Amino acid sequence: MAASLSTPTAADIVARAQALFDDLTFSAAREWKAAAPGRKVVGYMPIYVPREIIHAAGMLPLGIVGGGDQLEVIHGDAYYQSYICRIPRSTIELGVSGRLDFVDGMLFPSICDVIRNLSGMWKMMFPQVYARYFDVPQNYRDDIGGNYYINELAELVDDLGKLRGKPITDEELRASIGVYNENRRLVRELYALRAKQPWQAPAAEVYLIVRAGLVLPVEQHSEMLRDYLAAVRAEERPKRDNCRVVVTGVFCEQPPLNLIKSLELAGCYVVDDDLLLVTRWLTADVPLEGDPLRNLALAFLHQSESTAAKYEPDLKEKGQHLVRAVQRSGAEGVIFASPSFCDPALLDRPMLQHVLKDAGIPYIAFKYAENSGQMQPIREQAGTFADSIKLWSGT
Amino acid sequence: MRTFVGIDLGSTTTKAVLLDENSDVIGRGITNSRSNYSTAARVASEEARVDGRFTLFRRALGAAGGLGSRVDAFLAALERSFRLEQFLEQLGDLEQTCVGLVKGERFAGRESGVKAALAEVFARLRAEAPELYAPGAKRKSDFFRDVAGSRYHAHAEDVARVAGLPYDLLLNVYDKSIIDVENRPPAGGLDDKFRRALARVLEIEPALKSATSAVLPTIERTFGIPLQEAYLVGTGYGRVTLPFSKEHIRSEILCHGLGAHMMYPKTRTVLDIGGQDTKGIQVDSHGIVENFQMNDRCAAGCGRYLGYIADEMNMGLHELGPLAMKSDRPARINSTCTVFAGAELRDRLSLGEKREDILAGLHRAIILRAISIISRSGGVTDEFTFTGGVAKNEAAVRELRKLIRENYGEVTININPESIYTGALGAAEFARRAHEGGARMEGAAA
Amino acid sequence: MTTFATPKPAPAKEVAKDDSMLKQKEMMASHYERLTNAPTSGAKVAATFVPGNLNELIMCFDLVNNLPEVNAIQNGLRRTSGAFVLEAEKIGHSEDVCTYVKSDIGMMAKGNIAPNGKRFPNPDVLLLSYTGCFTFMKWFELLREQYKCETVMLHTPYMGDGKITKNMIDYMVKQLKEEVIPKLERVSGVKFDIDRLREHLKKSAKAEDDLVRVLQSAKSKPSPIDAYFGGIYYIGPIFGAFRGTEDAIDYYRFLREEVDARLAAGKGPVTPDGDMGTERYRLVVEGPPNYTNFRQFWKMFYDEGAVVVASSYTKVGGVYDLGFRHDADKPLETLAEYCLGVYTNRSLPMRIDMLSRYVEEYQADGLLINSIKSCNSFSAGQLLMMREVEKRTGKPAAFVESDLVDPRYFSAANIKNRLESYFQMIEQKRASARAAA
Repeated sequence: MAASLSTPTAADIVARAQALFDDLTFSAAREWKAAAPGRKVVGYMPIYVPREIIHAAGMLPLGIVGGGDQLEVIHGDAYYQSYICRIPRSTIELGVSGRLDFVDGMLFPSICDVIRNLSGMWKMMFPQVYARYFDVPQNYRDDIGGNYYINELAELVDDLGKLRGKPITDEELRASIGVYNENRRLVRELYALRAKQPWQAPAAEVYLIVRAGLVLPVEQHSEMLRDYLAAVRAEERPKRDNCRVVVTGVFCEQPPLNLIKSLELAGCYVVDDDLLLVTRWLTADVPLEGDPLRNLALAFLHQSESTAAKYEPDLKEKGQHLVRAVQRSGAEGVIFASPSFCDPALLDRPMLQHVLKDAGIPYIAFKYAENSGQMQPIREQAGTFADSIKLWSGT
Repeated sequence: MRTFVGIDLGSTTTKAVLLDENSDVIGRGITNSRSNYSTAARVASEEARVDGRFTLFRRALGAAGGLGSRVDAFLAALERSFRLEQFLEQLGDLEQTCVGLVKGERFAGRESGVKAALAEVFARLRAEAPELYAPGAKRKSDFFRDVAGSRYHAHAEDVARVAGLPYDLLLNVYDKSIIDVENRPPAGGLDDKFRRALARVLEIEPALKSATSAVLPTIERTFGIPLQEAYLVGTGYGRVTLPFSKEHIRSEILCHGLGAHMMYPKTRTVLDIGGQDTKGIQVDSHGIVENFQMNDRCAAGCGRYLGYIADEMNMGLHELGPLAMKSDRPARINSTCTVFAGAELRDRLSLGEKREDILAGLHRAIILRAISIISRSGGVTDEFTFTGGVAKNEAAVRELRKLIRENYGEVTININPESIYTGALGAAEFARRAHEGGARMEGAAA
Repeated sequence: MTTFATPKPAPAKEVAKDDSMLKQKEMMASHYERLTNAPTSGAKVAATFVPGNLNELIMCFDLVNNLPEVNAIQNGLRRTSGAFVLEAEKIGHSEDVCTYVKSDIGMMAKGNIAPNGKRFPNPDVLLLSYTGCFTFMKWFELLREQYKCETVMLHTPYMGDGKITKNMIDYMVKQLKEEVIPKLERVSGVKFDIDRLREHLKKSAKAEDDLVRVLQSAKSKPSPIDAYFGGIYYIGPIFGAFRGTEDAIDYYRFLREEVDARLAAGKGPVTPDGDMGTERYRLVVEGPPNYTNFRQFWKMFYDEGAVVVASSYTKVGGVYDLGFRHDADKPLETLAEYCLGVYTNRSLPMRIDMLSRYVEEYQADGLLINSIKSCNSFSAGQLLMMREVEKRTGKPAAFVESDLVDPRYFSAANIKNRLESYFQMIEQKRASARAAA
């Protein structure tokens, strides 16, 4: 299976993605900004923002998901007590250490009270940066939540237009929607491939590839996805006798890469997850005709993923997205990996677990922090889980 | 002369500092904190008074001349001799107490045998005592229980075997006596002990005999100076249990801040890593606290943590630092949770990581947590003073210097080997200021 | 030798029972009776939250208003919450999450008994007022799972930019018109009459006037009230099931008259140990109190002569001292404005502004923050708030940590240590200021 010089191998692509992941100074984004005058970068935190709008303004959307386990937090700890998760302190660390000095705006989605309050802190600490708390509706009626949301989007469009110095047009928005539709399709394709043949697309690799989408211009990311899909389809990789699991954790704060690797080492194929949900939040193509903001709003209301921060109005529906994820991906169990102190993940967990129990789906649960170093307990639990699934499933 | 006493009732040790009217330290004392804080306070201040006496001797002898450069040697000999007197006295108390407990069912029929054995044990202890206090002798610690305990066990085992008695009988009376003996205030006056010690020194050091005439009057004169305790301030964990009124108590944070200021007037940030808590303190140019933070319930990264690690690795606490210094590649350790310390250690060792690298990483993790608390208290402002037991650990200090340089630039870092007295020093200064303020107010009213 | 001062014997204290206190006791008792009696009387029960408590609206449907937060507080004060929290953790809830929720879940698991010894009724409808706190969403999802009852979401947008926008008001009014009111009608069987709502709102405004007078009395020296330890009792009726009633009007009138009398006599606050001695320190406090060790916490202030003159917690169920009153002329908009304005729905910069103003206007010596381990809404960002308020006011701030209703997170020694240090810090500053003068 000799690859020609012009076709990158999976290893090459993953190496590039790993380099982007390791780079806490965001050189790729800096270079993009420096490449032409007037370019701007707008950062966003998990779990979802409509990146199309940032893109339509000609700006680079930059996903900020904390500093990870390679960043020591020194100054960030001055802002948070010990019983609050790590992502806000490492994000502040990125800010005060100058690593985000090229970023012109920051969006803080409404996912929890910590990130909510961080939006106000950011305004005070970095007054020269456009910082916005990005609210989404918890009411899903088109004429109520929908209207509210359309107005929210319009405010954002307005603000970014001012930041750019030129209003954003509907044409630009539609074009951006098209580009992101494509990117989402590719991510879904990758997830589908992994669910079908997890040995071809190891979870840690998929994670790095998808995560690259947070720092690369979306067009480049789509290319990377295409390349990776082609490369892994061309390779034959060894199969393992692993069980298949869905990993869920709300994942604003990300697990260390070693944790994802440990799961697989311990005998679990990750066939679906809610890591980096922003890359697949809208579950179908957003229409390109008509009012783009209205389309984005309707997509959010009726065709988006579920997560703890999103209210589920129908009791019967609560937790069913997880059951469907298990069925769709052919998983045998669920691993709840929650960040320590995370209200959304930890408060939602018992309800989701009840739903899984009723559906006869086994699960385990543990907590982690973005800088967890002890993988041994995790390998233990995941390993035992994998064994027990194989035992009970009779294989 | 008027003295001002500061007592710091810590969770592990109790310290006392004696200041004179010029804010100069004349004496310091330290003892194990025990269940009875009153006793610990008394013993520590007594020790400080003894130390104070020696300071007065030093001042007097230094001024009077007559011994010249041998002042230090003389005073060292006097101190050793004094300690020996104290030890012998407590030994006598221990013997009496032990013998008194030889009664009841357990000893039925064997009382005389046990008492004879005890007599033999204590005779041996008394005989070898001078050795323990000979010049250059290294004692494991200066606390009676530590010194006497191990020797007692060794001799008791031997004597019991020879006498054909069960060893645990001798152990039993010891265990029941030691706490009482420890907690009993020393009998007899300090002066008598000094005189006996002085006599012994003059006996042993013939060279001084000739200078006796010059020394004795100075010593006698110095004895005559009363150390009058004009004001006392208590601080530390145990302070609430003392029957002190509010004016005689100060928070440990304030005492610590002021104590650090007295040692280093230019200090603005103080970090104290104690046995079970960590304090970050910001002081102004007068030593008054402006801001502070303490760890919350979680004592991760405090001194105790190192204690657990030492136990896990079967090493002495004081050996951790030197071993960690051997590493140039500290392991990245992200949690100083004491509960998981053992497991993490074993995990890494089994993965082939080197002991010194793990230790270096642990030291860094402790300092990171401390820096976190300092951060919350207001950051690092020149000069930075580092106090507490962990400050004596060179590996911890190395990590601290690195982290401060990386994040706050060039900052003067002060570390004093006597920093364990910081809280008591601050308390003593508060005592002096309170007395001065009171006197001034009285003067103003008059 | 060591000088030991002989402790002075404590003088006998007289504890006055004020009209307002008695009235409040009556109101609470009758409320719990009404609640626990609902299955018998056929009254329908609604549950909602203190921030965003639309009591005036709920009353329009003859619903009895059950507030789980208030129940958790009662459990905390009565020291039963500890066991409830443990029970909730046993059945799978994390140690890291809100202890109000766990106390509620645990209480339900152990029989759901109200303070009057009778069983709480199952709710007929959960009015999920998603206001100022993310945890509320999950709390009522959990209750919904348990009771399988009707739930209606009212989303109060967060004032991220420090202001109320037309979009926010329109959104909320629409939700009220087309989701909340229809559902409450259906559950209760009572048709909505907007004039009834107006009547209630008028009554609310009246009580709010007196409440604000009471709160602002603390600007005087000495302050006739403690705005934190006394404050949590004063806000009971206005935050709970009585806003919009005659009872509340009466309560606040009595309270105002009592406070006015104390003000005229130059007296300090009423306390559980009788009258307060000399007022030595005036503090603004940010954050909820600890309930399980309430008295112990209070005593640390009392012993030092420290009085709280203003607090943010007494604004968590509604901010009335910045001009807002419930306005009967725009009934639905005013409900929206009320929700949007509660303390925990305000942006961090707004909270800092409020606290800094309090320090100045109430002539405080400084700010004290009681950081609650299980409440992220309040706690995340408090360290920055502390430094900002210190900067703006030039006065020192202190930081203690505890929890709402989990007694495991109250370390008296740690808190006392920090408080003492803070008071001594203030003293030292005063002394140097005097010396410089």
